[in-house]
Amino acid sequence: MSNQVISEIRRDHILNLLKDGRRTDGRKVDDFRKIKFETGIIESADGSAVVEIGKTKVTAGVKIMPGTPFGDTPNMGVLTTGAELIPMAHPSFESGPPGADSIELARVVDRGIRESGMIDMSKLCIKEGEEVWMCFLDLYAINYDGNLFDAFTLASVLALKTAIIPNEQYGKGENKPLPITCIPISATAAKVGSSLILDPNFDEEHISSARLTVTTDDDGNFRAMQKGGQGSITLDELSRCLDMAVAKGKEIRELIG
Amino acid sequence: MSGTTDMILVDKDGKRIDGRMPEEHRAVKIEAGVLANADGSAYVEIGKNKVLAAVYGPRECHPRHLQDPTKAIIQCKYNMQTYSVSDRKRPGTDRRSVEISKITAEALEKVVLTELYPRASIDVYIEILQANAGTRCAGLTAASVALADAGIPMRDIIPSIAAGKADGHVLLDLNKEEDNFGQADVPLAIVPSTNEIVLLQMDGNMTRQEFDKAIELAVGGCHDLYKLQKEALLKRYGDGGDSDE
Repeated sequence: MSNQVISEIRRDHILNLLKDGRRTDGRKVDDFRKIKFETGIIESADGSAVVEIGKTKVTAGVKIMPGTPFGDTPNMGVLTTGAELIPMAHPSFESGPPGADSIELARVVDRGIRESGMIDMSKLCIKEGEEVWMCFLDLYAINYDGNLFDAFTLASVLALKTAIIPNEQYGKGENKPLPITCIPISATAAKVGSSLILDPNFDEEHISSARLTVTTDDDGNFRAMQKGGQGSITLDELSRCLDMAVAKGKEIRELIG
Repeated sequence: MSGTTDMILVDKDGKRIDGRMPEEHRAVKIEAGVLANADGSAYVEIGKNKVLAAVYGPRECHPRHLQDPTKAIIQCKYNMQTYSVSDRKRPGTDRRSVEISKITAEALEKVVLTELYPRASIDVYIEILQANAGTRCAGLTAASVALADAGIPMRDIIPSIAAGKADGHVLLDLNKEEDNFGQADVPLAIVPSTNEIVLLQMDGNMTRQEFDKAIELAVGGCHDLYKLQKEALLKRYGDGGDSDE
């Protein structure tokens, strides 16, 4: 996410603890940090949420407005996802157009939501071929301490889950909730040394060689994945990531209700 | 993945619309050293995909702030040519190509001995001449051969292929119809000597069992491609090859 260098002594400390399955903040390898969230924080948005995972803090907002459908899906709504790593969130973030990191983040979050069918796009058609509801989902990192993939996915899910189609604003009758079919949850594991750890913090993320984000649906089926980083993961590690993602997905789904 | 169709993608005998069986990949052609100016290059066809890869470097890294004093960096640019798809693609970089370029470079980092060339850049250019599902895999397969053709020391060559799901069947190497109207797509790249995963994406809907099957098919497909990658390099540089270097 940034080219920050972690000191040797800190790196060794993290690696030594991990040999006994321990982490610097006292977590087990498959523990997330404390998750806090609040929805409906922004009245001018049609859906919004703030999510904290430990010290990582992000906001998500949805704006929904009528627009023209794509030619090949004339009766389907449209979802557009953007992510911004603003300079407020970390000293290594710079202003300017989205770089490869934020584009990857936005696309991985988008894929989880889109492929899970979370939003019933067929119910967002106003007039076939002419007018559909377009959902603009925008994500901002407010404070960065690792694992933006899961923070952004969770914030997106919460914002969409509580979003309203603003019919009144556009003279189309009563406001209605956005049609939601399921709750996709992502869980990201990082490979640090020879350990796999969930929800990496900043230091862990920056000494990790590879990461895998796995998004599951209500049934524990897989809807999206993305491997990142310059290292590799073995087939056995992949299998463990999948198990952890299913278990953690269930847990987080219960937490957000 | 999102489309729907009445088209039968896999018939009752398990045969696919292009006549393949579920575990079969499309016809593959790999040629090493196809461009005169590049330090290394390769041309790959897999089914109707036609892909060119070129490697320049190790050379001075621009922009200079990207230089790494401990190793070379790999910069990749994946580009779809405007006429490579049925509707003309708008030229230039889009978000999809940024993401593919990023994960391709990350996959290659694992095998290239970048520590031999501090401060340098190894630039990999992938041009999709014709697209028919699976271009990121074809691009990475070509890029690996191009890196070897450039004589850049590597731990191994990376092959890449996708598996997926269509009509409820887990299939190797989806074609365009299967990709458009199927239920899942899993692009994979491995280091064949160790089976370590260096690229993995997934979208769609798969159970654990289906996903495990997809990985098994894709790993098998990667090993098939690996043989063809090595044959292409042997043809260019082995005994009886028409190497001009």
